[in-house]
Amino acid sequence: MTDPIVLAEGLHKSFGGTRALRGLDLGVPEGTVCGVLGPNGAGKTTAVRILATLSDPDAGRATIAGFDVVREAGRVRERIGLAGQFAAVDGQLTGRANLRLFGRLGHLSRGEARRRADDLLERFGLADAADRRVAGYSGGMRRRLDLIACLIQRPEVLFLDEPTTGLDPRGRLEIWDAVRELVADGTTVLLTTQYLDEADHLADDIAVVDQGRVIATGTPDELKATLGDTLDVVVEDPGGLRPAASVLHALAGTDPTMTGADRLTAPLPGGGFRLADIVRELDRAGVAVADVRLRRPSLDEVFLRLTDSKETVR
Amino acid sequence: MTTARPAPQRLRWTITDGLTLAGREIARLKAEPGQIVAALAFPVVMVVLFGYVFGSAIQVPGGGDYREYLMPGLFAMVSITAVQGVMTRMAADASQGVMDRFRSMPTARLAVPFGQTGADALVGLGLLAAMVGTGLIVGWQPHRGAAATAEAFLLIVLLRYAMSWVGVYLGLVVKDDQTAAQLVPLFLPITMLSNAFVPTDGMPAWLRLVADWNPLSAITAASRDLFGNPGARSAHPAWPMAHPVAAVLLWSVAALVVFVPLAARAQTRRGR
Repeated sequence: MTDPIVLAEGLHKSFGGTRALRGLDLGVPEGTVCGVLGPNGAGKTTAVRILATLSDPDAGRATIAGFDVVREAGRVRERIGLAGQFAAVDGQLTGRANLRLFGRLGHLSRGEARRRADDLLERFGLADAADRRVAGYSGGMRRRLDLIACLIQRPEVLFLDEPTTGLDPRGRLEIWDAVRELVADGTTVLLTTQYLDEADHLADDIAVVDQGRVIATGTPDELKATLGDTLDVVVEDPGGLRPAASVLHALAGTDPTMTGADRLTAPLPGGGFRLADIVRELDRAGVAVADVRLRRPSLDEVFLRLTDSKETVR
Repeated sequence: MTTARPAPQRLRWTITDGLTLAGREIARLKAEPGQIVAALAFPVVMVVLFGYVFGSAIQVPGGGDYREYLMPGLFAMVSITAVQGVMTRMAADASQGVMDRFRSMPTARLAVPFGQTGADALVGLGLLAAMVGTGLIVGWQPHRGAAATAEAFLLIVLLRYAMSWVGVYLGLVVKDDQTAAQLVPLFLPITMLSNAFVPTDGMPAWLRLVADWNPLSAITAASRDLFGNPGARSAHPAWPMAHPVAAVLLWSVAALVVFVPLAARAQTRRGR
């Protein structure tokens, strides 16, 4: 019944001759995490900038909690938090001073800004570093501070634009934990990412964006199910790749993808394939097989399939 | 335009947020005492460099001590450094995404430039005080009484404030701290192209025209007048040199009238 808390309808945006958005539609129900997934240049950041009132769409409209991002930008800004691709904190100040600054600028009282800063530093594991200058923080700590800086005014909707880009694996895990913590509070999160495992781990729903449009939506499992099962074949000798590829092509009706020097992957639409049949066919073609596996596809494969940029073996 | 808040409330938040942001600039300075030391050492270096190194070779027109002649020029220089200081800070915030964060928050839009220029005014007062102290030590002094002296300092502070808005606009246009850093060395020639350090009489006619219309020359000439320092007017002065106080007021008002709206528009514009 209730409208999505984040709603975008037919957003268009061009920069010079580049059409960054070509009719992007998006709806995020309250209290969920939406992963906006897409390659570089797909329009993810442009969409976030419009939703966060930093940029106006050329056409289309968007609302946050029912408020129009163009006409009622002031109301929208009271309800959102934005963590962009930079750690937009002041390196010269301490972590605590940064949070108090953003608290005050978010129009909290002096006392509340102070209390809220202390709470958040404690909760997100930055209490020990709170009184050090941010310039001395690690990349992960800086991003975490950036993330909690937009929590200080208790936003209803949080926009995270590629929150883990450029972080080491440990930093990524720290950010993931922080996002899960937020979700537990009921904050609605819209996060953009190029990393499929990130969307897989964090998002309730995924919107796959390519060339300024949403080309697929669904839960991670739904998206994976659209591809049916996936077959992995590892051959013992790279010379066996070509015959193996033609066997898979004959079976599945699609070109397999080369995923390594000695391995192939093919989607098997509709299921109904028996592993034993496949092995027998490969054997008949004289392919020495090291490993054969049937499994659910990964999001990577879904993504590549959807954006149609796979490398095929001929 | 885009916000639904009534005007009085908006004004209140502009002031409150502006003070918060000015406080941030002061806190940054406090966190970096080396910067303060460097900033305060600058006047001393300038006085020694120009007053003693160059001064030994320069004749003051109409006679008089070169250091008395020089100090109004250095006060004027303090006015102009506001452009680079504020430009650098605005560009740094824009390039590091801090500006976007401000813009996505309920923070009043104009609070950012007001905070920057307000903090810069305080910094300017500190610099001016250091410059005055150094001047007094090397033998400079005002000769025309408290009222004229106060008038001179007010003009210097006014021009600096007006110039800081030029810096706001440039910083918002440049949007990149590296580009801003590359622009900074350009300010020295602009400073030199004036009557601050040498009389303009000896310059080629076209260059002299430029120098005479440099706002820096106006404030220098006005302060020389009001402090009673040497540097008599030449025979056929350009208009700003004949009416330096009016010229400073004009330059300041013109800078504010042009650059405050430009800066406000650049700050509130939503495009990219």
